[in-house]
Amino acid sequence: MTQEVDTAPARSAHVTQRAALIGAALVLSLAVATFVGARYGLLLLIGLGFGIVLEGLRFGFAGPWRAMIVRREPGGVFAHLLAIGLVAVVAIPLIASHGTELLGARAPVGFAMVGGAFVFGACMQIVMGCGSGTLVNAGSGNPVSLLALPFFAIGSFAGAFHLLWWTDLGILPVIAFEGMQGTVVTLLALAAVAGLLYFMGKPGSRSMPRRYVVAAVLLAALALANLVVAGQPWGVVYGLGLWGAKGAAAIGMDLSSSGFWSTTGNIERVQNSLLTDVTSLTNLGIIAGAFGVAVWRGGLSTTLPQLPARAWVATVIAGFLLGYSSRLAFGCNVGAFFSGISTGSLHGWAWFAAAFTGAYYGIRLRPVLGLEAR
Amino acid sequence: MTRKITALLLITLMICFVAWDLAASEPVNPFQAPPLLALGSGLAANGAHCAALPSR
Repeated sequence: MTQEVDTAPARSAHVTQRAALIGAALVLSLAVATFVGARYGLLLLIGLGFGIVLEGLRFGFAGPWRAMIVRREPGGVFAHLLAIGLVAVVAIPLIASHGTELLGARAPVGFAMVGGAFVFGACMQIVMGCGSGTLVNAGSGNPVSLLALPFFAIGSFAGAFHLLWWTDLGILPVIAFEGMQGTVVTLLALAAVAGLLYFMGKPGSRSMPRRYVVAAVLLAALALANLVVAGQPWGVVYGLGLWGAKGAAAIGMDLSSSGFWSTTGNIERVQNSLLTDVTSLTNLGIIAGAFGVAVWRGGLSTTLPQLPARAWVATVIAGFLLGYSSRLAFGCNVGAFFSGISTGSLHGWAWFAAAFTGAYYGIRLRPVLGLEAR
Repeated sequence: MTRKITALLLITLMICFVAWDLAASEPVNPFQAPPLLALGSGLAANGAHCAALPSR
C-alpha cells in the first residue's frame, strides 16, 4: 500500500518527463523547419531518429567489431551488413535514375585513404566510439566521448585542410558499382563477407540478436530518408570539420590557404548557419536523440569512471586522429563504410578492410592506454 | 559525479555553439530554402559530404 503511494508520483513524474522530451524534439524540429526551412527541420528529425535508434537499441559500430575480433561474435557486424544491403537495394538504382538530384558517397581509393581508414579503425576502438558512436556516447554523458568530440572536430577540420596534399600521394579514379548490376555486385559482396564472418564466428555465437535486426531495419529506413531529403547519403565528419572551420575562422585563421576550405561551396558553408548544413543537422540530432533516450530510461545516474591521466591524454590524441584520419579516408564508419558501400563506392570496401585491421590493433592498445582494466 | 553532469554540459555547450553560430553567420531565410525533398526537385544536389573530393 505504502509502495503504491510512493510510486504513483514517481510514475507521473516519469510520464511528464517523457512527454516533455517528445515535445521538445518536435518543437525543435518545427522551429528549424519554420525559421530555417522545411528540409532542414526534417533533417534534424532524421538525425534525432538516428540518435534514438543507436542509443535506444544500444547499437553501434565499434562494439560489434570488438565482439567479432575479441569473442568471435559476428551478430553485430551481420546487422551492419544487413542495414547496408537494405539501403543498397534502393539507393544504388535510385542514384542511377536520379543522378543529378541524388549523390552517392563515392570517393577514390588511395594511399592516404587506406592509411586513414586503418588509423580510424584503431582509434575508434581506443575511445570505443566511431563517428556516430562518439556523438551518441557524448550525448548520453560518456565523459571519454565528451572529451574526444571537440578534438574530433578539430582533427576533421585539419584533415580536410590538408586533404589535397594527401590525395596527391596517389589515388585511383572513383570506382562505383552502378545500376542494377552494381546492386547485385554489392549484395553478393555483402553476402560473401557475411559468409566469411559466419565461418570465422564461434559456434553458438553466430546469431543476430533481435534488437540488432530492428536497429538495422530502422537505420536503413533513416539512411534512405536522409538520401531522399538531402540528396546525399548519411555522413558525420564533414559536419564536425565544418564546426572546426567555423571556430578557426572566428579566431582569425586564414582558410584561403587550404585547397579544401577555399572552394566556393565550403566558403559559403562556413559563412552560413550550421542549421543549413546537412551533416551538422543530423549530427546535432544524433546528440539530442541520444541525450533524450538517456534521460528517458534514467541512464544519466551512472557514475563517471575513474581513469588515469594517460587515458585522458590518449582520448585527446585519439579524438584528434579520428577526425583527421576520417577526412583522409573520405569518411568514417558512416560516410565511408555504411554510406560508401550502400551507394556502390569501392572506397567503402577498402575502408572496411583497412579499418577492421586497424581495429584489431586498437583493441590491443586500449588497456595499455589505461582505458580499461587490464 | 554522474553522467548527468557531462550530458548537461554537452547539451549546454551545443546550445551555446548553435546560438553563437546563428548570431555570427549570414541570416537564415526560410523563403530561400530548398524544396522539402531533393528527390524529384529537379535541382542538383549541392550539400557537402565527407566522401566528396573538391575539384581544383
